[in-house]
Amino acid sequence: MKIIKKAQSGSFESSDIIVLIEPVVENSGRNIEIDSSVMLEFGDSIEKLISKKLDEYNITDIHLIVKDKGALEPTIDARLETAIMRACDLQKGTL
Amino acid sequence: MLYIPGNNPAMLQQGGVYSADSLLLDLEDAVALNQKDAARILVRNILKSINFYTTEVCVRINHLDTPFGLEDLEEIVPLQPDAIRYPKTETVEELAKLIRIIEAIEDKHNLPHDKMTIHAMIETALGVQNVFEIAKFSKRVDAITIGGQDLTADMNIKSTKDGSGIDLARKMIVMAAKANKIDAIDTVFVDVNDEDGLRNETEYAKQIGFTGKAVINPRQIDIIHDVYMPTDEEIRKAYRIMKEFKKNKIAGIGVFAIDGKMIDAPVMARAAHVLELARIDFDSI
Repeated sequence: MKIIKKAQSGSFESSDIIVLIEPVVENSGRNIEIDSSVMLEFGDSIEKLISKKLDEYNITDIHLIVKDKGALEPTIDARLETAIMRACDLQKGTL
Repeated sequence: MLYIPGNNPAMLQQGGVYSADSLLLDLEDAVALNQKDAARILVRNILKSINFYTTEVCVRINHLDTPFGLEDLEEIVPLQPDAIRYPKTETVEELAKLIRIIEAIEDKHNLPHDKMTIHAMIETALGVQNVFEIAKFSKRVDAITIGGQDLTADMNIKSTKDGSGIDLARKMIVMAAKANKIDAIDTVFVDVNDEDGLRNETEYAKQIGFTGKAVINPRQIDIIHDVYMPTDEEIRKAYRIMKEFKKNKIAGIGVFAIDGKMIDAPVMARAAHVLELARIDFDSI
């Protein structure tokens, strides 16, 4: 899938994560920035989760920034999916 | 029944620890219009991965007349929460449409039609007028609930703490539920700082026949439980009645007396209900 516009999901609330996505030029790869309140303990697993999600949607070129406030895996996964769908203009059932 | 906003991860993931009898994960009024997609995906993931222990889990979807309702069903029905709550139910025709869509999704996922139930929420004057037909329309409808805030808005009346404006609606909803042997759940009490007001309203709801009450804050749960939980004296009396009933049943006696008072079928039904509320297994007596 191709990122076509800037998009955001999530919040800075505790147990949530904010995901920001923007398009990049083709073949420039994945530029991922992670900031987490539990970076030392869970930074690697957040990175793996992001890579898995991007692989799932076959996204090769992206600038993705996450600011994590201790979100659990299902929340991280949900916020990534929401931001990706919005950035690809594929979101359904929302205004 | 505790309302949890569908886009709030902290409250969603902790849902099972609040001691509520049931949780209502809300995709409707608690979610901003531009966050409907985010909440739907989050609630779907939470249902997939979080253990709510013995707490019943219900999801309030958006109405099918909105751009969100169908997507809500597509994501939530395959996960089969205990119930789907349908807001602003007004006619059996729209209930029929809802059930048709739910069952088509269940067929697509090889799921049974008899596991997940439906709570019909009555929030308009038209819904109140049709509530008996709504309550009896399908075996899948196992609860009727009243949405007090929307109902007062629909009736163009002021919402008051004594609830006088919606009193007739409350009683009609209870009667429709009782006539169809399903649950009736009372509306929320919105002033979370007024504990006496909550207690008074809950006592009234119990007195007129509601089987439970919705809450918007975990702080309100203990008061609801306190009102609905039978007293020690009521439990002791119910236990005695059921014990005597068992003994007399073996002896072939249908009606008997305890302390000079006749015990017949309605009294025994009430005693059985008290033991059920106290979570005492009748067979263990």
